[in-house]
Amino acid sequence: MRGYFQGRKNLYLTIGGGLLITLLLVFIITPIIGLLFRTTPEQFLASLSDPVVWNALVLSLITASLSTLIIIGVGTPVAWINARHRYPGRELVDTLIDLPLVLPPTVAGLALLMAFGRMGLIGGFFYEFGISIAFTTLAVVIAQIFVSLPFYIRQARASFEQLDTTYELAARSLGSTSLPTFFTVILPLVKSGLIAGAIMSFARALGEFGATIMFAGNFQGRTQTMPLAIYTTMQGDLNASITLSVILVLISFVVIALVKYRLRGDVRC
Amino acid sequence: MKFSHFTLIIIVLIATILFAGCAGEQAKPEQTDLTVFAAASLTGALTDIAMEYETMHPDVRIITNFDGSQALRTQIEQGADADVFLSANTKQLYALRDQGLMENATIGLFAKNKLAVIVPASNPAGITTPQDLAQPGTRLVIGTKDVPVGDYARQILKKMGNDTAYGSTYTTSVLNNVMSEETTVTGVVAKVQLGEADAGIVYETDITPDNRDKFTMIAIPDKYNVIAEYPAGVVKTTGNKEEAIRFIAYLKSEQGKAILAKYGFALP
Repeated sequence: MRGYFQGRKNLYLTIGGGLLITLLLVFIITPIIGLLFRTTPEQFLASLSDPVVWNALVLSLITASLSTLIIIGVGTPVAWINARHRYPGRELVDTLIDLPLVLPPTVAGLALLMAFGRMGLIGGFFYEFGISIAFTTLAVVIAQIFVSLPFYIRQARASFEQLDTTYELAARSLGSTSLPTFFTVILPLVKSGLIAGAIMSFARALGEFGATIMFAGNFQGRTQTMPLAIYTTMQGDLNASITLSVILVLISFVVIALVKYRLRGDVRC
Repeated sequence: MKFSHFTLIIIVLIATILFAGCAGEQAKPEQTDLTVFAAASLTGALTDIAMEYETMHPDVRIITNFDGSQALRTQIEQGADADVFLSANTKQLYALRDQGLMENATIGLFAKNKLAVIVPASNPAGITTPQDLAQPGTRLVIGTKDVPVGDYARQILKKMGNDTAYGSTYTTSVLNNVMSEETTVTGVVAKVQLGEADAGIVYETDITPDNRDKFTMIAIPDKYNVIAEYPAGVVKTTGNKEEAIRFIAYLKSEQGKAILAKYGFALP
């Protein structure tokens, strides 16, 4: 701390830096406070029992949890393979996995509709057997997986790469085969990183809007997740809209806190 | 590699010059910008009307914002910079009037519309009458309860359900078939046009010469149909009240009426 105040130049830099940080904080915090100021605890609690709010909350928590579980199941082996093994086309795979990160969600939504809609490439095939994918709760989950997959895989791959190979080699030299080594030695060491990645994926899935409204449609209790309900009720029942927003703000805070806490506990090798 | 960088720089430079040229042309000194918030169902007609109006008044530029009337109402309530509001029902515009956000003397109807059922030209569910909408498994798209087209659709379904010809279970059966509720009528039209929905309830004016071959329209009998009334009004916070009044007068003039009629609107 003492170092900051050595000399006049540094003092100016400190004041300038402090000012900049203050401005930035005000910029981020003011809208959140604005949201909280528009509602009272009574209104908040009253809106909570509103079916629109309730249905959206339940649907969002179920679909986001489901998509996160699927992402963990599929993403963990993929991240491990890409972190530890070289194969032709690995860079291409990595790039494609990152694509949804930069793809605008509306483009993702339209693309998913062109693939899984009943006139779509894959959806058309299923529709012949009477199975519809678009505009169902399944479509909500598909949209969420599509947009939030990279968040988990990136974090998981980074965690695996940071892990020193000596742990695996030691386990192998003691006679452990590859699968048990993975579950009993490697996974516990990178657990924190994986959980942090999963939480980020969950948060992204929970906030998914553009792809969902285009690919899954907007139907209360079936495809109307919290962001869609916020958009819809803003045009009629502002209280419900604000209540849902406040819930999402609270969840976001918890998510950030959990990720920070989790990553701090990770093993440094 | 070097060549591609060079090409990129050239393209950027050309684009910059072109855009600078555009901006220079548009920045005439005494131009008035008139912002018109209009119901999504007016998209075709109003785009034409704005073009005609700009030709007649070269000093005016019309900026349009199309969305569901309920969304536009919320935007105006939250302080959006609108000069004129054209709503697809009286409910949304009168709500603003009752909050003192409209110039009351300027409010008046300028168009009327009716609703219809549309199905994709391929008609996958084989729908030919409004009764067919109640068939289990029909994929129907309507508006939310707040967007005028969704509000009207619910009124119509209710009227039908009260009639013995349709039966009391009709309304619930049809509403159970709804797979998505859109916030604009254009959203409903798009879902049907993509072939993802079997049917949608929209305005008659949503079938235009441009998209006629993509849909089949099934008329809703007049005794169940509702007349959608479109009011216009000047927003209180406008900075161009005179120009806004002049624009609304144009909507109601013979030229304005002719364009609205061309798009299938009835006149009040």
